[in-house]
Amino acid sequence: MNEKYLPLLATIAVFVALFLVGGFLYNNFLTTLVLGDILADNAFIITAAIGTTFVILSGGIDLSVGSMIGFVGVVIANLDLARWHPLVSAAMMVAFGLIFGALQGLIIDFCEIQPFIVTLAGLFLLRGGCFMINLDSVPIHHPFVAWYSGLSIPLPGDGELHSSAVVMLIALIAAIAIAHFTRFGANVYAIGGDRTSATLMGVPMRRTMVGIYALGGFFSALGGVIYAFYTSSGYPLAGTGNELTAIASVVLGGTMLTGGIGMVAGTLFGGMILGLIATIIDFNGSLNGAWIMIISGVLLFIFIVMQRSLVGSLRLRGAS
Amino acid sequence: MKHSADIQAETPSFSWLRAIFGHRAVWPIVALALIFIVDGVISPGFFHIRIVEGRLFGNLIDILYRAVPTALVALGMAAVIGTKGIDLSVGSIIAIVGAVITWRIHAGDPHWLVLLIALGAALLCGLWNGFLVAVLDIQPIIATLILMTSGRGIGLMINLLYGGTNPSFTSPLLQGLSVGHIGLIPTRLILFAAIFFLLWLAIRRTAFGLFLESVGGNAGAAKIVGINARLIIYAAYLISGFCSGWAGIVLAADTHTSDPVSIGLYIELDAILAVVIGGGSLSGGRVYLGMTILGVLVIQALTTSILTSGLPPEYNLVVKAIVVIIVLLLQSTNLRAALYNAFARTKR
Repeated sequence: MNEKYLPLLATIAVFVALFLVGGFLYNNFLTTLVLGDILADNAFIITAAIGTTFVILSGGIDLSVGSMIGFVGVVIANLDLARWHPLVSAAMMVAFGLIFGALQGLIIDFCEIQPFIVTLAGLFLLRGGCFMINLDSVPIHHPFVAWYSGLSIPLPGDGELHSSAVVMLIALIAAIAIAHFTRFGANVYAIGGDRTSATLMGVPMRRTMVGIYALGGFFSALGGVIYAFYTSSGYPLAGTGNELTAIASVVLGGTMLTGGIGMVAGTLFGGMILGLIATIIDFNGSLNGAWIMIISGVLLFIFIVMQRSLVGSLRLRGAS
Repeated sequence: MKHSADIQAETPSFSWLRAIFGHRAVWPIVALALIFIVDGVISPGFFHIRIVEGRLFGNLIDILYRAVPTALVALGMAAVIGTKGIDLSVGSIIAIVGAVITWRIHAGDPHWLVLLIALGAALLCGLWNGFLVAVLDIQPIIATLILMTSGRGIGLMINLLYGGTNPSFTSPLLQGLSVGHIGLIPTRLILFAAIFFLLWLAIRRTAFGLFLESVGGNAGAAKIVGINARLIIYAAYLISGFCSGWAGIVLAADTHTSDPVSIGLYIELDAILAVVIGGGSLSGGRVYLGMTILGVLVIQALTTSILTSGLPPEYNLVVKAIVVIIVLLLQSTNLRAALYNAFARTKR
């Protein structure tokens, strides 16, 4: 078997094990109902994390994700007040995300400023944009959003696949196609693996870098649309800190932060592991939010150590 | 004759100009000066400093006063970034320190001991980060992300040890250090000056600074010449923990409470930004302590100016982002060259 699938398999194994632990602890946990809820509740963060996966695969980082989710929601909600159709404003915001991300990529590559700093400025800019538009939560009343929220595909058992989860899964399939079956995807892996070699091999650096961050912006804006439709509102503080949840999902999904190693599909399971932890803690009822933070941290630690030992034993490329 | 003299006079003056604009301190100072000029135009009394009830008052003092916690964190961050690392956990360390202080004061410990325990907790956090980075060889950003995500939870758990969500405390010693003043000068400025001096001594007057920068510049080469890179990286994260610990003491004593969810939120981003505005590169190899403080002052002056200018506070983040982007773009040699070329072409 190809050793590049090992981290992905490890992630899936942890997800299944955690799910079984939940089923062992609580009645009615091992159902498609719980699974469907986890998928629906975390669809927006997983979608955003898909974009982050491309950025991290290239060895970069994108901190503007959480603010983008908030900004998209606030703009859609305010355009709803101005009687725009939600689909039109959603399409416009996704395009905005694409352009905003491309601009970040251009600054990173042309001005040779670290991605961390450029996307940090992006974080401030978009979050500040939310506050400038309005400070309160604005509901979206359009009948389309109510209709969309009611949509779902029944699963065997009591569960259902919510429309948000469907959108997320479609986005995931598209992302897998881009990452593994296009030249652009190969270029992303090449840049993440070794930037200098990639340049020497003739990978078009600027175009690829702009494309990578454009994808990051696109998927986080799409995550923002999913979140706004799912909650039927735009809230300027929405998505605060979600850039780190997205990064954690990517890392838990088996992608190396050094770049070049990992799979887009892993991010789905990474995000679902984080959702599962929150669900288990919800089921318990007596544990508080502090535990979510601590357990997420501990899991992150275990995973990273596991990855390191895997890398050591397989003699994959280590940290630079 | 006159023509050639002109050329001769021009060449040295240009190289003199280039020396100034090539210096790393120029752009942050230009940014700071611009912020102050705008302040002076908008509110003429901005620079007024007066003495009220035996202490200094005024916007400039306020900027220094409020900059202290971020400046402390940024000092430690500069050392960590010098080793090609990054410390995202500083906000969480501040939260843990605040919780530990409140917990031990409620447990009845003498306050000087509480101070030591709080610093000990901060150093322990630094040790943990150092262990992950130096021994387990995990990338710094993800290694410190672990404490960042779980640290505020740990703070909340410490609060629960004696049952309180946001417990308050009073301590003459700690509050004296934070909001008190010696003579006219706020104590926290003196505290900061002392820590800055200590760190400056360690980094600029001993071989330690050289080792720090060589580990960040080229870890492999540093190892070959016999530098114990592991020990140096440990030291950098310990320094960051120590500085964040003091920032936590100042902030917790200022607010009189332990509020792990919101204390020091986003301080890591401001600190990293300060280091970068000060000319430090995230790819390591350089530690500029003074320049980092200049970066902190730019950020704090900006924040204070926005608040005093009468602009709605909602505009704070956007203005900050725009100024940061401008400063960063000015520092980019590629962009400067492109602008210069475009300018030269239009002139021709």
